[in-house]
Amino acid sequence: MADTINSVHLNVARGANENPVRRFFRATEIDTRLLGMIGALLIIWVSFQISTGGLFLTPRNLWNLTVQTSSVAVMATGMVLVIVTRNIDLSVGSVLGFCGMVMGVAQAQILPQYLGLGHPAIWALTLLIGLVTGAAIGALHGLIIAFLGVPSFIVTLGGLLVWRGATWFVTSGQTVAPMDPTFRLMGGGTEGSIGATASWIVGLVACLAIIWALLHARRQRKRFGFPRRPVWAEYVLGGVGCVMVLGFVTVANSYYWPANIARRYADANAIAWPEGGLLIPHGIAVPVLMAIAAGIIMTFISTRLRFGRYVFAIGGNPEAAELAGIKTRWVTVRIFTLMGALCAIAAAISTARLNAATNAQGELDELYTIAAAVIGGTSLAGGTGTIAGAMLGAFVMQSLQSGMVLLGIDSPLQRIVVGMVLVIAVWLDTVYRARAK
Amino acid sequence: MLDNQTPLVEMRNISISFGGIHAVDNASVDLYPGEVVALLGHNGAGKSTLIKILSGAYKRDGGEILINGEPAEIGNPRDAKKYGIETIYQTLAVADNVDAAANLYLGRELRTPWGTLDDVAMEAKAREVMGRLNPNFRRFKEPVKALSGGQRQSVAIARAILFNARILIMDEPTAALGPQETAQVGELIKQLKREGIGIFLISHDIHDVFDLADRVSVMKNGQVVGHARTEDVTKDEVLGMIILGKVPAKAVPGPGAMQMA
Repeated sequence: MADTINSVHLNVARGANENPVRRFFRATEIDTRLLGMIGALLIIWVSFQISTGGLFLTPRNLWNLTVQTSSVAVMATGMVLVIVTRNIDLSVGSVLGFCGMVMGVAQAQILPQYLGLGHPAIWALTLLIGLVTGAAIGALHGLIIAFLGVPSFIVTLGGLLVWRGATWFVTSGQTVAPMDPTFRLMGGGTEGSIGATASWIVGLVACLAIIWALLHARRQRKRFGFPRRPVWAEYVLGGVGCVMVLGFVTVANSYYWPANIARRYADANAIAWPEGGLLIPHGIAVPVLMAIAAGIIMTFISTRLRFGRYVFAIGGNPEAAELAGIKTRWVTVRIFTLMGALCAIAAAISTARLNAATNAQGELDELYTIAAAVIGGTSLAGGTGTIAGAMLGAFVMQSLQSGMVLLGIDSPLQRIVVGMVLVIAVWLDTVYRARAK
Repeated sequence: MLDNQTPLVEMRNISISFGGIHAVDNASVDLYPGEVVALLGHNGAGKSTLIKILSGAYKRDGGEILINGEPAEIGNPRDAKKYGIETIYQTLAVADNVDAAANLYLGRELRTPWGTLDDVAMEAKAREVMGRLNPNFRRFKEPVKALSGGQRQSVAIARAILFNARILIMDEPTAALGPQETAQVGELIKQLKREGIGIFLISHDIHDVFDLADRVSVMKNGQVVGHARTEDVTKDEVLGMIILGKVPAKAVPGPGAMQMA
């Protein structure tokens, strides 16, 4: 009791003496950790921009970065839920490889026999087959972990070997290519981008969604008479959100088709070749849209649905969750099933991008996925983590790698740097958490 | 208590063993509406185990449970909740990383017509219930781990009464608390009692519960030593029951009573 009263007094006192920066963060309720990550990302970008002599912050490089990140980012959204419940999934890279191979064989060898080559339904059926395969593998892992009591580390370590081996057996080690033309749109590239107009529409819809979400939350809190954010804070949040969305669309629309593809397109459509070249914007790439959609859906699942609430409660206190009547085992099974399905989506993106399904697809991706989640603030002790943070984590890792490639750093050294960054990021996070207490 | 009334809970001849050890051996306890029964005994006397059978955390090997005079099947915590049995655990069974409202509704979340979590409605109800229990409670948006022991305990208690518990089990409810917080929990127990809720208080420390309880049941080595009304016995006599298994004259001996020559 006494400390309740004290803390109330403290809060009041704090409110009066707070410096403007502090007050700004409290009023806007911005997650300072997430902001720290964005800060780190900006530092990385600016230092690469300077050290590469202006090669890094170009629309082309940024656009490529988003495409390269999307596969790991999709898996990272699921890895957050896995790690939040104090589990780990070491098999995601191998499951990606296996699903990729299954989808490759389905669209290149099996489905064309029945539907004919290039049938418009092939991509959808292929994706469905991949999703079912991935979800089934994930469900199997989950069942073993939840009901046979084998630790997830071991089950998925076994899975890492089993599914990599199984990938080989699907085609006896042969690479499958090429992929279905429609399926390939999921890989990005000139074709797999939605163009300028559609990108602006996506951007505007996103802005409207941000404004609607802010208004809705405010109306709800007003209805029940809860404390609300100051109005200026709402404007700041809405403004920053919209500027970021529209900035992203602008960058995607400033990256134009390569000259030779544009010329071929001009010839094919009888467009006169203008002075200075035909500038056709790429717009947002399809895999990036898929990753963003995965991020939004997973955020919705983890924050708005019962299932997500249970995931976090189990991570915080498994015993309390069980005593509260939550079927913790089934929650575990569902988490791993979801993870498997996300591996299949990531596999679709990466096979489509490569235009082939290979044996080695997704090797080491488990480590990048886990690293992305952890850099993004998911605690291995369980209970904390955000989807947005994990996706940002994936983006940070990809930025580092891409920047080092631009600098011409050898790949062994790249790994050394990425490894060190992982350790340093987690150490900084530990320091931050200790302070926050 | 009122002897002609049907007991709210009657646990008859309950037994459970773990690996050949009789953790609870032929134990019987009962509880009437609006009554506080303290279940006392040393650590390892079997009191927590007995009560975990009632709350559905353990499955009994033998014996029966009657709720309002009717046999009840309790196989898991969800079954127990259906009978209005709510438990506040010794280990403060709250999920540390989510906020008070999420803890109050854990496992029984309110949902909007679209099936999503109705956080606003849950927070509104949480504010109402917590306002009744602990008017100074303000920290609804913070994870529970940021709260003090007493605040966390009030979250746990609010969680129990929110769902109209008729039978409340409190396992060492004040063990983790300071003196003021303990007094507050005591007030709370009296309030719940007036509302006709039956409460089992479990403790190894007689001083924690003697003044709150209407009756005591003492356990030793998995057996019930005896029952007594607190008005009929002194603290020293109850201590004798706990330590030696010696049953005073005004108490009802159980199977675990020391055999007098």
